[in-house]
Amino acid sequence: MSGRDQILGKLRSKLGRASTTVSENAALNHMQAHQKNLIPARGDLPKAQRVALFKQEAEKVNATVSELSHFGDVPNAVADYLRQHQLPAAIKIAPHPGLKNLRWAEDTSIEVLDGRANGDDPVSVSVALGGVAETGTIVMASGPDTPTSLNFLPLDHIVVVSADDIAGNYEAVWERLRAQADAAGRPGTLPRTVNWITGPSRTADIEQTLLLGAHGPQRLHILIVDGLETTAADA
Amino acid sequence: MDATSLNFKNNARGAIADDPLQKALAKLAVGFPLKRAQAAARLPEFEGLRDQARDIKNHVLENLDLYLEAYEEKVIASGGHVHWCATAADARETILKICQDAGAKTVTKSKSMISEEIAVNGFLEDNGIEPIETDLGEYIIQLRKEPPSHIIAPAIHLSKEQVAETFRNAHIDLAANRPLEEPRALLEEARGKLREKFLRADVGLTGANMLIAETGTNVLVTNEGNADLTNNLPRVHVVIASIEKIVPTLEDATTILRVLARSATGQEISVYTTFCTGPRRPDDLDGPEEYHVVLLDNGRTDMIGSEFHEMLRCIRCGACLNHCPIYKSIGGHAYGWVYSGPMGAVLIPNLIGMEDAQHLPNASTLCGKCESVCPMRIPLPKMLRKWRERQYRAEIGSKQVRWALHAWAWLAKRPKVYRYVMSLGIAMMGQFGGAGRFKSVPFAGGWTSKRDLAAPTGDTFISQYHKGARGDQSGELIRRKIMR
Repeated sequence: MSGRDQILGKLRSKLGRASTTVSENAALNHMQAHQKNLIPARGDLPKAQRVALFKQEAEKVNATVSELSHFGDVPNAVADYLRQHQLPAAIKIAPHPGLKNLRWAEDTSIEVLDGRANGDDPVSVSVALGGVAETGTIVMASGPDTPTSLNFLPLDHIVVVSADDIAGNYEAVWERLRAQADAAGRPGTLPRTVNWITGPSRTADIEQTLLLGAHGPQRLHILIVDGLETTAADA
Repeated sequence: MDATSLNFKNNARGAIADDPLQKALAKLAVGFPLKRAQAAARLPEFEGLRDQARDIKNHVLENLDLYLEAYEEKVIASGGHVHWCATAADARETILKICQDAGAKTVTKSKSMISEEIAVNGFLEDNGIEPIETDLGEYIIQLRKEPPSHIIAPAIHLSKEQVAETFRNAHIDLAANRPLEEPRALLEEARGKLREKFLRADVGLTGANMLIAETGTNVLVTNEGNADLTNNLPRVHVVIASIEKIVPTLEDATTILRVLARSATGQEISVYTTFCTGPRRPDDLDGPEEYHVVLLDNGRTDMIGSEFHEMLRCIRCGACLNHCPIYKSIGGHAYGWVYSGPMGAVLIPNLIGMEDAQHLPNASTLCGKCESVCPMRIPLPKMLRKWRERQYRAEIGSKQVRWALHAWAWLAKRPKVYRYVMSLGIAMMGQFGGAGRFKSVPFAGGWTSKRDLAAPTGDTFISQYHKGARGDQSGELIRRKIMR
């Protein structure tokens, strides 16, 4: 008997089920309903306060946050960050059309490469699907414009997020991902990887001493851009 | 791994004499409970979320067969493979086969209690494949060939000096006189060493905090980011998870995530919460080309519908360990197997057998703190008592204890005799306990070698009650009931 038959057979007999019926299936009904459970009221705020809460929560877990009024200000903000931390003027950006088309060469002297991270990129810049004010979390979804390795291999990770994409709670982000999957003709699917990222990497495995930069980035810098077209962020 | 649970009493004695361990436990005993309490206090919905988290897992367990089938269908639809394994041996063989088919020489691993449970590391090594633990704590204990001593902080029992010594012995290519006094230096060294391993591993083996049936997704929660480098960089991603890890929807997973980190470390949420679904898509620039899920039973189906059914709600947060007076005195290794603390004392007898784990359900004061902090509201003390009952029926345990229990039960069932014996006993003890306490009592050396026993100063509660020294007028009804 296969492991599958053995496990399912034993479960069915223990649960007193004669066979699986397609209709009258409590599990199917539950999954299709996408019923929301209790959602903390904390993030349920108008936009300005929501963004403020996001910033406050992100800073509490050692992320740094800057607010920009235009997407076009990103290159200068990145240049400032590199100078401030005395980092080399070289970055790996996500191959995201919006990011690639910025005036990197005109506005800065940063050497810009795009693509996935290889392990020798000190700084990455990528675009978030959105943010969650509840805990100051950014949400990254993998795709051709947003390779996941950029979120983890470099020591410094800079993330651009649109203020309009900062939701009150995680559930709102699931709804957006479901809508995107429906629009792409792939209902009920997710990108290969969805990352909730809340602050830079850390460990307390040695004598319960908190240290940043365990395996992922030691610093996480978030650029909140007001008025950034959501379509650009999602492209 | 081979269990040493039968040696619990000696293990515990050793643990109490282990100074670095006692120092670490003293720190843990304050830090984790305080942080959990603060996180819980900051979220008004916390208790409500615990109720819902419990209800979600109860619903899953009632429909586990249906959810497993739905989950499998979604994994396959997203291009992944599902391997059903009834036993630990099946799971080890399955993982080895996947690694061999991938031509793997090295396998990076992110912390997985199930992988400890099935002892896959030794098995891969025996078959010429090098497994590399990447969680910092797991990496340290792998170098020391030790099991984890805490579910979420596996190297919590070690001092930084012990870690430095471990690194000096293991990283012999580095300068022998390098400074390793500071935790930061230790972290930098491990990060450098593991970075090389991450980049050249052929297979990445992770556990799963949850499996989401709706989308065929596995959830990974870490603070270090090691699970992410493990699942993203190698050509093959293998997930090992036990069958009860299923939750129905993204919303249900989200509810459980809201109680997980708060209960575990007191964080609002862990740094990295990752949702992996299938292999990389055709136009993705990174991610694994193959995605496998090894679904393990290893005793879970036996627990369904049993007295220990509710244990299957456990999400391995470690809150019961952090709040347990026994765990906080002896640490995790004394329990003699992969799991420890109250959850271990309930789970281990289910997995390795009641005989071999007989001491563990008795290593509890039944104070109830574990249940009061469990995010899934698992009645751990009730289940510990169930094991004690089973042991009594199976005639496991010392003759002395069984005889005492037997004598007690005989007395307790005969109220008149009981009261007479008690009044004699109390009068006698009151006579001899002149100074108000005993320094030693025959047959109770286990108690009095560490502390004095208070001597009774009056007579029994019942006789005081009859004299009207206890209770008020409203006690009259109870008094009559007691007399009956």
